[in-house]
Amino acid sequence: MPLRLNIVVPVKRVIDFAIKPRINASKNAIETNGVKFSLNPFCEIAVEEAVRLRESSKDLVESITLVSAGSAKAQDTLRAGLALGADKATLIEIPAIDDSKSLELEPLAVAKLLRAFVKKSNANLVIMGKQAIDDDSNQTGQMLAGLLNWSQATNASKVTVDEASGVVTVSREVDGGTETLSAPLPLVITTDLRLNTPRYTKLQDIMKAKKKKTEKVSPESLGVDISSRLEILSLSEPPKRTGGGKVDSVDALIGKLKETGAI
Amino acid sequence: MTSILEFDEDVEMFRSVVSRFNADVVAPRVEKMDEEEHIDPSIISALFETGLMAVETPEEYGGAGASFTAAVAIVEELAKCDPSVSVLNDVHNTLVNTCVRKWGSDYIKEKYLPQLSTDKLGAFALSEPSAGSDAFALRTRARKMSDGDFVIEGGKMWITNGAEAEIFVVFANAEPEKGYRGITAFVVEKPWGVKVVKKEKKLGIRASSTAVLAFDEVRVPKQNVLGIYGQGYKIAIECLNEGRIGIAAQMTGLAQGAFDRAVSYVFNDRQQFGKYVGEFQGMQFQIAQIASEIEAARLLLYNAARIKDAGGEFVKEAAMAKLIGSQVAEKTASKAVEWMGGVGFTRDETVEKFYRDAKIGAIYEGTSNIQLQTIARLIQKQYTLR
Repeated sequence: MPLRLNIVVPVKRVIDFAIKPRINASKNAIETNGVKFSLNPFCEIAVEEAVRLRESSKDLVESITLVSAGSAKAQDTLRAGLALGADKATLIEIPAIDDSKSLELEPLAVAKLLRAFVKKSNANLVIMGKQAIDDDSNQTGQMLAGLLNWSQATNASKVTVDEASGVVTVSREVDGGTETLSAPLPLVITTDLRLNTPRYTKLQDIMKAKKKKTEKVSPESLGVDISSRLEILSLSEPPKRTGGGKVDSVDALIGKLKETGAI
Repeated sequence: MTSILEFDEDVEMFRSVVSRFNADVVAPRVEKMDEEEHIDPSIISALFETGLMAVETPEEYGGAGASFTAAVAIVEELAKCDPSVSVLNDVHNTLVNTCVRKWGSDYIKEKYLPQLSTDKLGAFALSEPSAGSDAFALRTRARKMSDGDFVIEGGKMWITNGAEAEIFVVFANAEPEKGYRGITAFVVEKPWGVKVVKKEKKLGIRASSTAVLAFDEVRVPKQNVLGIYGQGYKIAIECLNEGRIGIAAQMTGLAQGAFDRAVSYVFNDRQQFGKYVGEFQGMQFQIAQIASEIEAARLLLYNAARIKDAGGEFVKEAAMAKLIGSQVAEKTASKAVEWMGGVGFTRDETVEKFYRDAKIGAIYEGTSNIQLQTIARLIQKQYTLR
């Protein structure tokens, strides 16, 4: 039986990486009014990796399905992923969650939604971003693997699929260097920055993405309770950076370091 | 519907693509291209690869099949980074692609639109040494041969993309005794004998090639007549009316690019007398004034684009958009240099380039005087009771 991959790529709509986030007037959430949103960079890398797997070997990848949990606005994000080369997309529509509340959908809730979605599909591989740049949780992929009881290889910087054996080899950048893992399918892989550089989307593909299949489902239809278990008590900006000082000799530098207790 | 500056999803996605393209591909090369007066060929191929050179071209010919507003938004976005790259894209899309798409026979469309979508750059060859504003005084001749083919003889000047283009829309007079009613448009391929005689050395948009072309007995098959024989002047007028909006977009993008750079500097980088220079009231008033004028220029631009996309009459609005756009670009770039002080005057900074680039806005694709004349004529018609 030749190896066939059915890949699910979860994606998240986040405040664009170039925007400086600000706390809203009520000090309980990030300001989202009039702010530009985009596809999470790590999610984009995940879509790109799925497309590259398809291009690496004819017939290897049977389907690439995107899924996102969020408001109706997440459809823009799904379209960006479809333009990169995914086949179809599902929006798990969270009603009454506007942009500012999207952060309230916690990693565990997302992992549960994804588990339900993946189980309903015929996926044998999940490729997703290691974390979203808004909350930087780095939890959802790991939780999902645990809930599905699948193998996991996180923070991937290189992915190789052996079609003959069905074993996937993943290199990860860890503090001490590079670690190589291998695992059979089914598998959850989370992407790190250096896994690939996503291609520029061609305008023609952006237009064609409009015709690709997108469906909407509700969290209830997946049988998942998404209510928050965490409560954000307060949000504040990091303390403003105070000025340093200049010294004019090594002795003066040593003196200053001693003064501040650094040495 | 709220603001006319609210665009549909397609346009916003295209803008994101260009914004990224600017940061990764264009920005690192801007300074060098300006110094060397040459567009890096890798930028041209990257523009083609991303589909940015076939915005309105229908999908069956390899294009994105998008709207004119989308094409113009792309020109604007490119200009925020480099007005030279912007005009290369603008001429190719709003002049050449449009001409071929609107007036080309099926033969011409099937042959040239895919090439123009994939890798062949286009140029619009109308102007001559003695035919600028008075375009129809052109002297390039198209002699009809016995087999129906034509031989083009003459010279063109001020041709944007002239040095890199491989497909030219050329206006020549096939029957000079009929005056402008003999002007005919042709699609001409470079290998047939189009010669680049000179590349101008310019004040601004230096990377954009502005060429003198020579046509020395260039044989053009009869199938390459674009539109109707003897009605080239109509094509020229209509193309230029649309192209006007493209230049308005380039100028508006230029203004925004200069403004963004300088205003970021005055609020984040430069302090004098204990505060950021942007905090002084004198500066604040100037910044507010310029911001208002850029907004006005942008509204004129997209108003004209929308009317055109909706199929309405847009000649006056297009002329106004280009007139004001070029004025605002010049004023903004000038202020931006001042706001950045000595640093703004150095070539290490990119803002002085915007100042040099802005000047062409009042000159090409219809001088400001021509725009004023067009607007005045339409107003007179509107207000005359008899």
